Amino acid sequence: MKRRTILAGAVAALALTGTAFADGHAKTKVGFVYVGPVGDGGWTYEHDQGRLAVEAEFGDKVETVYQENVPEGADAERVITQMALQGADIIFTTSFGYMDPTNAVAAKFPDVKFEHATGYKRETPNVSTYSARFYEGRAVQGHIAGKMTKTNKIGYIASFPIPEVIRGINSAYIHAKRVNPDVEFNIVWAYTWFDPAKEADAATALIEQGADVILQHTDSTAPLAAAEKAGNVIGFGQASDMAEYKPSPRVSSIIDNWAPYYIARVKAVMDGTWESVDTWDGIAPGMVEIGEITDAVPADIKAEALAMEAAMAAGEYNPFTGPLNKQDGSVWLAEGETADDGTLAGMSFFVEGLTGDIPN
Amino acid sequence: MDLSSISPTLLIASLMVAATPILLAAIGELIVEKAGVLNLGVEGMMITGAICGFAIAVETGSPVIGFIAAAAGGALLSLIFGVLTQYLLSNQVATGLALTLFGLGLSSLMGQSYVGIKPPQTNKLDIPVLSDIPVLGPILFNHDIMVYFALALVVLVWLGLNRTRAGLVLRAVGENHDAAHALGYKVIRVRLLAIMFGGACAGLGGAYLSLIRVPQWTEGMTAGAGWIALAIVVFGAWRPFRVLLGAYLFGGVTVLQLNLQAAGLAIPVEYLSMSPYLITIAVLVVMSAKRGRTSLAAPASLGRIFHASQ
Repeated sequence: MKRRTILAGAVAALALTGTAFADGHAKTKVGFVYVGPVGDGGWTYEHDQGRLAVEAEFGDKVETVYQENVPEGADAERVITQMALQGADIIFTTSFGYMDPTNAVAAKFPDVKFEHATGYKRETPNVSTYSARFYEGRAVQGHIAGKMTKTNKIGYIASFPIPEVIRGINSAYIHAKRVNPDVEFNIVWAYTWFDPAKEADAATALIEQGADVILQHTDSTAPLAAAEKAGNVIGFGQASDMAEYKPSPRVSSIIDNWAPYYIARVKAVMDGTWESVDTWDGIAPGMVEIGEITDAVPADIKAEALAMEAAMAAGEYNPFTGPLNKQDGSVWLAEGETADDGTLAGMSFFVEGLTGDIPN
Repeated sequence: MDLSSISPTLLIASLMVAATPILLAAIGELIVEKAGVLNLGVEGMMITGAICGFAIAVETGSPVIGFIAAAAGGALLSLIFGVLTQYLLSNQVATGLALTLFGLGLSSLMGQSYVGIKPPQTNKLDIPVLSDIPVLGPILFNHDIMVYFALALVVLVWLGLNRTRAGLVLRAVGENHDAAHALGYKVIRVRLLAIMFGGACAGLGGAYLSLIRVPQWTEGMTAGAGWIALAIVVFGAWRPFRVLLGAYLFGGVTVLQLNLQAAGLAIPVEYLSMSPYLITIAVLVVMSAKRGRTSLAAPASLGRIFHASQ
């Protein structure tokens, strides 16, 4: 269906090149490139909610197109190029692996605006990057996980060894360790953002090794399904609320709220005020939300978690506040010092206490 | 690294679960090949079974009806292959490959509205008393019914092939279809039934993935399991119990490598991920090389087109 729309669009764009651009479009065309299906119930689902919010906000003035399940790599470049050829005015590419393809296509289409999620490369003036400080949510998760675990083993399903994922592991670990010095993290690298079968296997392996809390940085609900099957294991919604697993195993969640950002950026294109920016928002502006903490979590732990969330929302607390050491024991942050965005953006080391190496 | 955290009991229990989809598909394909037909469409039939079973289980709320629908879906798809190769005499290799591609496309079309939905839960059998036996309990008596079904199927297929008249006819058709035809056996009918049996088994294997093991529907979720099943039939030298061994070996290494990773073993993840494929191939090659003649156990008419006029 989508593929057909896009093919038809490409044909139309070829036929109309010149005319369509000359009249400056009656509608602003907004493209979205998704790494998973819109029904994943996680990462892509929330981006699609953002797309729908853009449609709701501007009604007839916008037209949105999207393509789901776009592999990271060469295929992505083809898809982005096609969207640009179709006459999209602004294209949101919503996964880390689209970083180079986005920049490559942007260089060829200087009049189209590109917005790349979670990356850091802005090689041409028509590329912006945006991301959310998910690690603030991970801090809350880590706190709950550290307090709730009885086996002191926490399983972590990591996707790819990129800074965003490493930040999440570090943030969760620091806050779990703070409330439970005996806590241990077992990390499985799944090398996928979305593969329910693999995620379920990884979760099952972690549970069999005694983990009774599963944290996931992959996008499907399969790890929660595995936790439910095992019983006595809790987990968290990733990127989306994953409310169908309430009240347990899903005891809370990190929700990405992209709608305000998408609306603002599309508005900027309409007004002609769009500029290349690097946006990195957290809990305070509402880009990261903490989903309802269910009654499976005792009231006092819930209160502490909410207090931490409030402190981050008020800007009083930074999850990466010293004293913190790197894995090899060297000092990273001195007492009271907080991490700068540059270090965080390129984070490639574990903090002290985590075991195992980060794969290359 | 803490290898002591890996529990052998749980490992064996979960390798049985991990191996079940491949085992079901492989045992079905074994019957197909024993009848002299090479159906390379296992992957396509598996994934079609996965979505048929998932969709029907979600709509009816019953996993059992889902599994029946999966078998029916797989069999129906295999019937396309059967008609093309048996009546229209098309090339089996090309038709099988086409069936895989067709199945993958068809399933993602059918599955459009089922992404991200939770299927009804299939309960574990949890036999009282028996499942509480230490070590043996969790390994043998604490699975869902499909694990036992797959094991029973292996035994039944072995009995059927080696101890019944029908099995003899099936093997005769697979070894020499002209002779079987001369004896008055309906070669095409036997083969069509075998193909449908294979399709139904592959469908069940796929549904096991989408309804129990994952449990969720996503495009391409079989991720090559059908090809592994095909390979296991060949390496297992067309013998039911050796196919069982191959499937458990593959399932076992798949589960073990995840456990090793979770335990923090200092081997690069990439090597661990490829290990199930390497080890399964290596072990089965060594096994079939040793016995000399068993490596030649392929049914003599495998992949050959039959027409009564010849």
